[in-house]
Amino acid sequence: MSVIDGSWQWFTDSEHWSGDSGIPSRLLEHLGYTALTVGVSAAIAIPLGLWIGHTGHLRGLAVALSGALRALPTLGVLTYVVLLSGIGLTPITVALTVLAIPPVLAGAYSGLESVDRATIDAARAMGMSEWQVLTKVEVPLALPLIVGGVRSATLQVVATATVAAYVGLGGLGRYIIDGIAVSDYPRTLSGSVLVVVLALVLDGLFVLLQKAATRSRTVTVPARP
Amino acid sequence: MSWLSANRDYVLDLTLTHLWLSVLPIVLGFVLALPIGWFASRHPRLRGPLLGAGGILYTIPSLPLFVMLPPIIGTGYLDPLNVVVALTVYAVALMVRSAADAFSSVSPSVLDSSSASGYSPLQRALLVELPLAGPVLLAGVRVVTVSTVSMVSIGALIGVNSLGSLFTDGFRRDFTTEIFIGVAGIVIIALVLDGLLVLAGRLLMPWSTAGRPVRTAA
Repeated sequence: MSVIDGSWQWFTDSEHWSGDSGIPSRLLEHLGYTALTVGVSAAIAIPLGLWIGHTGHLRGLAVALSGALRALPTLGVLTYVVLLSGIGLTPITVALTVLAIPPVLAGAYSGLESVDRATIDAARAMGMSEWQVLTKVEVPLALPLIVGGVRSATLQVVATATVAAYVGLGGLGRYIIDGIAVSDYPRTLSGSVLVVVLALVLDGLFVLLQKAATRSRTVTVPARP
Repeated sequence: MSWLSANRDYVLDLTLTHLWLSVLPIVLGFVLALPIGWFASRHPRLRGPLLGAGGILYTIPSLPLFVMLPPIIGTGYLDPLNVVVALTVYAVALMVRSAADAFSSVSPSVLDSSSASGYSPLQRALLVELPLAGPVLLAGVRVVTVSTVSMVSIGALIGVNSLGSLFTDGFRRDFTTEIFIGVAGIVIIALVLDGLLVLAGRLLMPWSTAGRPVRTAA
């Protein structure tokens, strides 16, 4: 129980709440890595997923590729890229993007696939262009699943961004990795608690976002021509 | 590659440890998730809370969980058991959902007709529901398998040996070959286990080849 007491003392120590290695700046670093990675992954995987879902092309390849990417261990990719390109933002962004692409991609194409074919045929019959079918019918209807993909990517990235500290970067992982290095387990436990809380808060935000996306579906029904 | 031949025993040893640390949580997770998922599918009111609890467990990041377990379950900080327990928790959290979906996919009329033809509830669960839920269960186990094999490597950060040790060791020594071999080893283990699962699925469930829907009593 002493570790838990120690962690409590760690949290109540005002020294840990200010400065470059304080909780607020570590939290911002962690959120920064997460936002950067999820942003890059979404920019790659959402257009690709929408294209696959809309046209039905290359679906088999996307499934196989996602499976292969999932098998890649983040820590291995991270250490490998650091040795190749040096310490910096590149390795962590590459490693975490590899992790985040499969769920975002799957959310995007399976979201479009979940849209009722009859609805799409109706939209085409009303004279919508392919682009209009995609942006006015498919994407709004698929939005909850697309957001769901980004949600699981974000959760995995927040959790895994802790390994950034292993290659000399910041983030909440610093407390965990440094704590292990000097057997300061209260510090490690405190860092872990912070990551769990951050993950739960972000997940809660995404639940709200998904609800909003589900609600918005009823509003965006295409108007009669 | 000369490094690999010089360190063959070391890499082989780590591969076996990695395999062991992956298979144990996958099997334990499956065995634990099966009854919970079955229960959730038969009690719709408890389904939401049970699956929600699984979702929350799954949001706990792996590295923190590895180090949070010792004070909770009384293990040492460097005990491989922490990794096994943590990965089992994730496996259960993920598989309860797919198990619940799998058992819910069994048509109620099949359940009624098997009860009517004299199956006891236990016989019905084991001989009718389990095989029919098989394909969806298999899909769940495959996802868990790949992610578990990959996550075992994080244990290297807390000093639990696996192929992940090649990452930390290669990183310290500025030696990319060692890291590459670790990544390749993990991908191979994941692909082999996944292939074995697909094969087991074909042998155990010959009625459900790829793409064909599960046969129900029509």
